[in-house]
Amino acid sequence: MAYKAKIQVTLRPSILDVQGKAVGHALDNLGYSAVDAVRIGKYIEVTISGEDEKAAGQTADEICRKLLANTVMEDYSIELEKI
Amino acid sequence: MAEVTIGVVVFPGSNCDHDTEYAAGLFDGVKTRMLWHNDHDLQDCDMIILPGGFSYGDYLRAGSIARFSPIMREVIGFAGEGRPVLGICNGFQVLLESGLLEGALSRNRDKKFICRHVPVRVENATTIFTSLYRQGEVLQLPVAHGEGNYFAPRETVESLEANNQIVFRYCDPEGNITDESNLNGSVGSIAGIVNAKGNVLGLMPHPERASEALLGSEDGSRMFRSAIDYLAGA
Repeated sequence: MAYKAKIQVTLRPSILDVQGKAVGHALDNLGYSAVDAVRIGKYIEVTISGEDEKAAGQTADEICRKLLANTVMEDYSIELEKI
Repeated sequence: MAEVTIGVVVFPGSNCDHDTEYAAGLFDGVKTRMLWHNDHDLQDCDMIILPGGFSYGDYLRAGSIARFSPIMREVIGFAGEGRPVLGICNGFQVLLESGLLEGALSRNRDKKFICRHVPVRVENATTIFTSLYRQGEVLQLPVAHGEGNYFAPRETVESLEANNQIVFRYCDPEGNITDESNLNGSVGSIAGIVNAKGNVLGLMPHPERASEALLGSEDGSRMFRSAIDYLAGA
């Protein structure tokens, strides 16, 4: 079985996101006064072969903790899709 | 003086490796070696330096991929034996990613890449890397980074404070710690920290770029000298 793990890594709410701020300012300059805030994160797709969804999910979680996210300042979420 | 061998790790994307080798090698009795990231052997090195640059292009996060290079397994073991490891700028980021030091570095508060000489106050002159400085001395050291905004959870910062592990802070020219002199927004104006054992130091400023009068400051050379004196006497 193969699964696609759709992983989102985002800065924790308490961490200043200067990229998001800069983009927010640009949107403000474009006249989008309705935009209140912008936060920028990463989207990562990982294809994992595993026995079942549980095993693939465990692998995805492990690689997030070990490498893809720095949990001191980032949160992550995983969505699995069978492919 | 006993001979001391200093190893400088070269990651793909390191760009301060030769400057660091040069600055560390300015002293009598010091041999230097360049250690490739794919090597598994620290050879006869008495001290390891992780230099500045953009290891692995800073892909994913600064230092995050370098941390898993073969040589880092050896460096982590070496540090575990209580032997000296110094991480400068990107090297500091690698030390944090590898868990040898606590905390993380995110983008500078004002969104800018900052490249200039800044005053830095010595908070702990008792480490093996800072013994030739005076407590509270204000150094002139260059910084060159876009992601030097040190962050750690409050409990971590409190324990760093309590254990005297904060070694350098950004300050104004008179040595005062102010919000204005905190150039990148680091928590507590932290510019450099040491591990609990005191053998692993990471800092954002570049001591190797302040190692000769010609460079505008010689304040960085005493950092290498302190560690070399320690090793020669050991």
